[in-house]
Amino acid sequence: MSLEAFNNRNVAEGDYFLVAIEEYPTTGWDKFKRVVKRTFKGELFVGLWVVLREMIRFDIHTVQYPQEKMPIGPRYRAVHQMKRLWESNTERCIGCGLCEKICISDCIRMDTKIDENSRKEVTEYTINLGRCIFCGYCAEVCPELAITHSGEYENASEQREHFIIYEDMLTPIDKMKAGKQLEFEGFGAITPHEDERVKKTPLAY
Amino acid sequence: MSKIVINIDGKEIETQEGEYLLNAARANDIFIPAICYLTRCSPTLACRICLVEADGKQVYACNAKAKDGMSITTSTESIEKERRAIMEVYDVNHPLQCGVCDQSGECELQNYTLEIGVDSQSYAIKDVDRSSHDWGHLHYDPGLCIVCERCVTACKDMIGDNSLKTTPRGADAIDAEFKESMPKDAYAMWNKLNKSVIGLTNGTDVLDCTSCGECAAVCPVGALVDTHFLYKSNAWELKQIPATCGHCSAGCQISYDVKHTSIENPKEKIYRVMNEWNYVSLCGAGRYGFDYQNADVVKDEAAFNTALEAFKKATAIAFTSTITNEEALLLQKMKKKFGYKLINPEAKAFQTFMKDYSEISGRKLYSSDLERVHTTNFIVSIGSALKTDNPNARYALNNSLTVSKGAGIYFHPVADPIIEGLGKGVMTVTHAPLQEEIALYLLLDLFGDKEQMPSEISEYLASFHSEKTVTVTEVVKEKVVEVVKEVKVNEETGEEEEIEVEKSKMVSKKVEKEVVVDDNKLLELLGADDKFMETLEKNLKKKETFALMVGSDLYRHPKSKNLARLVALVEKYTKFELVIIPSLTNTLGVSLICDLDDERDSYTIGYNTDGDFVLSALGDGDLDMPAMNQQEGTLTSVNKRVNPTNAAIGYNGYEFNDIANALGLKADNIIDYTAELPTIVGFKREEFDNLPNHYENDGTEMRGYVLENVAVAPSGDESVDKFSDDKLEGSIIYLANPVRQFTPFTHKTTELDEVSGIYMSEEFLSNSDFNEGDTVKIATDNGELIANVVSDNKIKGSTVVLPTFDKNLNSEALFSGYRFSTASIEKV
Repeated sequence: MSLEAFNNRNVAEGDYFLVAIEEYPTTGWDKFKRVVKRTFKGELFVGLWVVLREMIRFDIHTVQYPQEKMPIGPRYRAVHQMKRLWESNTERCIGCGLCEKICISDCIRMDTKIDENSRKEVTEYTINLGRCIFCGYCAEVCPELAITHSGEYENASEQREHFIIYEDMLTPIDKMKAGKQLEFEGFGAITPHEDERVKKTPLAY
Repeated sequence: MSKIVINIDGKEIETQEGEYLLNAARANDIFIPAICYLTRCSPTLACRICLVEADGKQVYACNAKAKDGMSITTSTESIEKERRAIMEVYDVNHPLQCGVCDQSGECELQNYTLEIGVDSQSYAIKDVDRSSHDWGHLHYDPGLCIVCERCVTACKDMIGDNSLKTTPRGADAIDAEFKESMPKDAYAMWNKLNKSVIGLTNGTDVLDCTSCGECAAVCPVGALVDTHFLYKSNAWELKQIPATCGHCSAGCQISYDVKHTSIENPKEKIYRVMNEWNYVSLCGAGRYGFDYQNADVVKDEAAFNTALEAFKKATAIAFTSTITNEEALLLQKMKKKFGYKLINPEAKAFQTFMKDYSEISGRKLYSSDLERVHTTNFIVSIGSALKTDNPNARYALNNSLTVSKGAGIYFHPVADPIIEGLGKGVMTVTHAPLQEEIALYLLLDLFGDKEQMPSEISEYLASFHSEKTVTVTEVVKEKVVEVVKEVKVNEETGEEEEIEVEKSKMVSKKVEKEVVVDDNKLLELLGADDKFMETLEKNLKKKETFALMVGSDLYRHPKSKNLARLVALVEKYTKFELVIIPSLTNTLGVSLICDLDDERDSYTIGYNTDGDFVLSALGDGDLDMPAMNQQEGTLTSVNKRVNPTNAAIGYNGYEFNDIANALGLKADNIIDYTAELPTIVGFKREEFDNLPNHYENDGTEMRGYVLENVAVAPSGDESVDKFSDDKLEGSIIYLANPVRQFTPFTHKTTELDEVSGIYMSEEFLSNSDFNEGDTVKIATDNGELIANVVSDNKIKGSTVVLPTFDKNLNSEALFSGYRFSTASIEKV
């Protein structure tokens, strides 16, 4: 086992480095030059011209959001959802921790324990949406298709945490009972005709 | 053993004659798949996957021995077929619950299934009910078990508890068609697998062993799991901190597996302790006693300033040996600079013992270590409650008995069912306390080179021998000829006639014989049984290597000086190699580094012990200190090794180095002192950061460095006192801890829940009017204490055992040094 990590006691060092930033103008003259340069370079008008041109053409392709909404593709990756089992309506998550492991922005954490039926129980589950990059790895790796992304892209709220309370991510039980849980079809979902490709295990019953 | 050259897959490798092929291959980085084999234990032959072809014949690499010029192929077409079939069989009915299994990917079944490329299943059998068992500190799930019997092997060959065995599975017979269609070895392996699961030898459903948890550590799948770890964390989330166990002097290699406590609490927490189980075996304290950290400490400036005041006022520092070498060096430096007296009676006694020993041996340290004891044939232990003083010494004894065909003698006044249970090879002599001298004289008498030995000693020994005539009953077989009348049909006449026939037969007869035998009075004095010499003679057959282990009963014995000299003489004039077991974690290091003083002074600082101002890593003192799992540093083990340990858990308070710095010494980190450890007593000038902490593939221990055994000028005087006739009789108390407990640190942990009190054997309890739970008063000349009676089935006889792990009991105050004492015990 390499002991390097234990021998470096200087916590300030690491992968940090300084980014080269242009010197700020210090004298009044330099500041004035910068203002003039930015004002009269005309970059603004390049953009404004496009808008003006399209406006007078009256050929508008923009969707009238929020009155109009485009259908979202099944592989779209917005805030996460937790799915339930069709058979028993219980949570699909078994607490295997693969999503926690694979998460490249390290934003998923879970606590587990053994429950009274000797099964693994997830006592707490969090996703730090401030760090999440919506890469979809968690949904792809999930062996139970329990954690998936949703098409829910309208996430305006006072706090990001409002979207990742476990109970809120989980399919509501009434929606589940009504059979309205949508299956995720993004990466990690079962491909069509999977059954035909599986080599079956013989049974002695 | 001689070096030989063998050829594995075209690669010439050098190995020892008689080494197992698997070990030879592993030592040279050649991969042979194997599941059931444990290094240092005997081959189990359960998995059969280590098949190789040696000189054209299929053999199992784990039990085939290397011969010179052997040519080995690790993979042929038929071997690959066998391996694939074996792995398919292991996967039959194995639950697909890898997602929640506590092995979480560190699974050998998973690894080999993928390595061998099992992508379809050809075999099937009806499963039986295999629901899980809660065995106390372990959880067994037969559903996940592949019956490789590694747990059974470790328990039998290494630990010596023999608590596990295979029990019937109750499954249907394997379909007859498979016998024809399957590869031969795979079928045989399946046949065995299908008949058994793992069960307990004591017939109940709760383990009653020394609770080391080694069986769970060696389990290749998630079948055996520590109950406290069940579904707590995935292995891959845990960060492994290489460390050295700080509970006893064995200094075992461990790694603390740490992770944040929970989602809310990002503080690091130790989830479990792992070890390199192929090369080191832990005891229960090492494995389960990990959370003794001094938690939630912050820098208390007021307390720190009071501490500095106290240090200015103090004239002495009292401490225990549960400190690192660096701290010991700091103490010594402070003694030099400020003139503090250093008080540590336990280490002082050990230091004096070693000094007395060196006067005859001419070396600073003893000759052997526990690693060598593992491979020794004949082992003697004197003056140590092996099982609890140093569990690794017990493992070494047991390992020698089971794997090296060894034998041994265990001299101790407290009978120990665990030691007796190690096997027939170990003879126990339960002598009276204070008779340790006689035991050492007996060793000189039985094994010593009387020609070389000083003549006074050999004459003294001869004075105990006399000839006596005993009547021996022998069974002799005699030929007896009898005349028997038989009725026979005469063939010619057809009539019946009586004929006399002579018949001879062998009859065994008991003959009483008078024989002159040698009578050894030493044996009688020690209370050895009559058959002792006879059994010893049998046990000594084919024994080549000898080891003597002596323990802490001797260091504070009233005649410890004489004992130390006797020990040195045994080492010098017999074939015995010597191990002196230090009494506490770093007693050896402290005794080498510090100049210790005798008595306390008016104002004493106590470090993890009583004093006028107390620094404590237990969290109950005037200023907090980091515990051993929160510190960096080195510990000196019984194997004369300076082992590095790292901090597993953060510590935000003041440490000993801060005090030293404030008093005028200077070091950024305490480990800056590692390179300054005194080379004159055998330490090396090595920086802490350069010390490795791992094992190589061939089992070479790459941990820290080994102390140099410095030569000292022997005094030339080899005279020893005659043994005294004193012995303790009557009601006797003994200072020793129960299994899994060593110090107040082990007492602090949550998993080690041994009840504190005074320990009486079941046998003693049933013969006396004491009952478990009674409150009793124990009084000696030195004082008295009141405690509850606890029944302990790991001891036998009438000695009452008092523990040291409970500070509140303060049992050490009853003893005047020596670990035994007479006492009056009465109910209150």
